[in-house]
Amino acid sequence: MPGMPEVTTVDVASSTANLEAGVAKSFGTLYRGGEGMWTWVLQRVTGVAVFFFLFVHVLDTALVRVSPTAYNSVIASYKTPIVNLLEVGLVGAVLYHALNGLRVILVDFWSKGPRLQRQMTWVIAAVWVVVMVPGIFFMLKHTVETIFGSTS
Amino acid sequence: MTTIEAPRSTGRNKQRSNFEMYSWLFMRISGIVLIFLVLGHLLIMNILDGGVQRINFAFVAGRWASPFWQVWDLAMLWLAMLHGGNGLRTIINDYAERDMTRFWLKSLLYVSVIFIVALGTLVIFTFDPNLG
Repeated sequence: MPGMPEVTTVDVASSTANLEAGVAKSFGTLYRGGEGMWTWVLQRVTGVAVFFFLFVHVLDTALVRVSPTAYNSVIASYKTPIVNLLEVGLVGAVLYHALNGLRVILVDFWSKGPRLQRQMTWVIAAVWVVVMVPGIFFMLKHTVETIFGSTS
Repeated sequence: MTTIEAPRSTGRNKQRSNFEMYSWLFMRISGIVLIFLVLGHLLIMNILDGGVQRINFAFVAGRWASPFWQVWDLAMLWLAMLHGGNGLRTIINDYAERDMTRFWLKSLLYVSVIFIVALGTLVIFTFDPNLG
């Protein structure tokens, strides 16, 4: 059936003499979904990561109800080089999740979506890179200047 | 001519709800709205005009003085928590195999989502710029 993920079943009994028998035994069946499988896996991983960040982020923002000092001190940690780098990861994860979500919607609702799903994967990868390059530049500008000194 | 007997199974098939279909539809509709709300939020907070370096209590006070950003943040909070909560519900259903494991993980998830949505809503509505 077109579009169905391919599943390779390895007959262990008939391939025991084979060098790959050990591999076949330990894996049994091997799922080979290609790009469609990996975009799905990445959608889950980025979704879970962003959800846990959102949880922490609402808690830290809630400190505006405690005192300006409490809020400012926790926000100061967001400005440190290491957390700044994690923010780049967060933006990258959210952007991927958004673009791939849009691709999934087009596969579901657009008549040509299922046929063009692989091409759309490469389109979203290109858009991700084009947005992230200037994004990373502006997000890391201050951190790089702090560590290596201002260039201007 | 032979008559085929009506299926004996009762209830289960007749009472099927459309909950999972609406959940699937909600993910797509909320997803489209969240693309604007969240990417806009990240662009303003992390990239434009100095990004995260300029954020402090006064910055938040300036933004929440406007009902526009209050509504923006409130919509983003509710939609993101429900979208993420529903995503995690799906993942728990997929990977937690024991009934009791699924029950407790989902209970923990629902309590957490209600807590965070309630806390965030309270903070947006009761924010006091003159605090401290």
